[in-house]
Amino acid sequence: MSALVLVPVVVPLVAAALLLLRRRRPGADALDRAAGVGVPLLVVVAAAVLLAATLEGRTAGAAAGGWPDGVAIALVADATACLGVLLTSALTAASLVVAAGTREDHEPLLVPLVLVMSAGVSGALLTTDLFNLFVFVEVMLVPSYVLVALGRRGPAGGRLYVTVNLLASTVFLAGVGLVYGTTGTVSLAELRGAAAADPAAAVAVGVVLVALAVKSAAVPLHSWLPGSYGAVGPAVAVLFSGLLTKVGVLALLRVWAVVFEGDARVAWALLAVAVLTMVVGVLSAVGEGSVRAVLTNHMVSQIGYLLVGVGLATAAGYAAALFFLVQYAVVKAALLAVSAAVEVREGTDALGRLGGLGRAEPLLAVAFAVAALGLVGVPPTSGFVAKLQLATAAADSGSWWVLAAVVAVSLVTLVSMLKLWNGVFAGSRPEAAGAGGAVTGTGRVPRAVLVPALALAVCALVLGVWAEPLLVASEAAAAQLVAGSRS
Amino acid sequence: MTTAVVVALLVATGTWLVLRRGLLRVVVGFVLLGHGVNLLVLTAGGTDRRGFALPGQQGQGPVADPLPQAFVLTAVVIAFAVTVHLLGLLRQGQALDEDDDAEGPA
Repeated sequence: MSALVLVPVVVPLVAAALLLLRRRRPGADALDRAAGVGVPLLVVVAAAVLLAATLEGRTAGAAAGGWPDGVAIALVADATACLGVLLTSALTAASLVVAAGTREDHEPLLVPLVLVMSAGVSGALLTTDLFNLFVFVEVMLVPSYVLVALGRRGPAGGRLYVTVNLLASTVFLAGVGLVYGTTGTVSLAELRGAAAADPAAAVAVGVVLVALAVKSAAVPLHSWLPGSYGAVGPAVAVLFSGLLTKVGVLALLRVWAVVFEGDARVAWALLAVAVLTMVVGVLSAVGEGSVRAVLTNHMVSQIGYLLVGVGLATAAGYAAALFFLVQYAVVKAALLAVSAAVEVREGTDALGRLGGLGRAEPLLAVAFAVAALGLVGVPPTSGFVAKLQLATAAADSGSWWVLAAVVAVSLVTLVSMLKLWNGVFAGSRPEAAGAGGAVTGTGRVPRAVLVPALALAVCALVLGVWAEPLLVASEAAAAQLVAGSRS
Repeated sequence: MTTAVVVALLVATGTWLVLRRGLLRVVVGFVLLGHGVNLLVLTAGGTDRRGFALPGQQGQGPVADPLPQAFVLTAVVIAFAVTVHLLGLLRQGQALDEDDDAEGPA
């Protein structure tokens, strides 16, 4: 069982190394495609088995090199980590299928980079100490730096992304140093409750939390996200949305729940940041004029929802945040896959030049409609269950202003999704668009983009109608975070 | 106290450089910031204990804490990789567009 814990980290790394050793020409490559989908699916299976085991009370763990606790690189597959690995690996596979459709996988480096990134993501989710968290987050970020530089705006597009994340990583490392200096350990299990016991340790962990807030794109540290995600190819945008900020939020949730144990003296600040993130994100999304820009600005708003669950600092809040995270990542990946399809078909995603796609591409319109309703939170989609959970958790802890914000932001979300629907799928194409000349779309939606978009949208429906398994898993994960099953 | 001053100097200079225009200054700034933070992490293990932290060598004075040294070793490798990537970006950017602001206004 403990060998299985190593699969999500080791297998993608080895696969990436083997792929890099091979000599290959630019262009589509069958082995790359097989490895790009096969390896993440293998990790999905491993994570599912580990999740089933930890839900039965048998949490698997592994320590590299046989060193004692506190020194070894320890990985523990608790329910939070398993859910995260399951989700991110599935989305990695989906985004690489989309990359085949958008021809982004003609870049020989794409699949090895993505595999290294997914190994870093899995490691960051499974690790039990702050320093290894830093290392795995870097393993995840370095390939993403390269992916941004390979994107459509060239090397310049990645500068903001690289510098902001590098600064955050530096702050993170400083925080880890301060934590070690004040407490003498970086193991999360030993740090449980350290914030309440020692104000100096609380400040040190606070530095780590600020760095994680940058990685999660919480307002006011969010402004790197929309620009950077707009600079990458459409399939890489699907990948980034599924992986990067989610790791930030999950790590934030873990450190917060374990070290601060939901300290009410600090929780109000986190809640305020969460509500601000929701509101600022959704307002900047409504004002944007292209599909991708609306969706990426929206990401910030949804990060706010996740942080609300974290900031409520109750087991119900954590469970709601975890459920929300899983369903939202699926929904957002579906929407970005639709956006990728539109970009390939039309050669642009500017709302002013699109229209009438609903008649031409009915299946794409269905995928968008289901995913958009999921994002808004209309039954029977998964978004409804997630927002209901979150609202119930907020009401139970008496945070009525948070509840009001959750509902109000949902309404503005509906407005922004209607804007996309009206701009892309309803009505007819503006006359001026045809005469523009600059548009160079292929005129059809590749099946490799349409199928993942539909599949992810169906997942959103399934998670809404048959939410019970994910609800049970997220509640168990929250209980583990609160009680501390990680050893 | 000396390490505190050195860390403060490195971090202050690094921050100032990172906030300047021009990618080259930003890269140098990150190198300095990285050094500052590495020193900070080393200090977290205590700078007064300097004995060898090797198994079987206990009893020869206070043993240095090996964990922060291992941390810094890892962090140095990561910082080196990212610095090389940034320098690559800088060079590629200069080759691609002439009006690159790597030199920037002084």
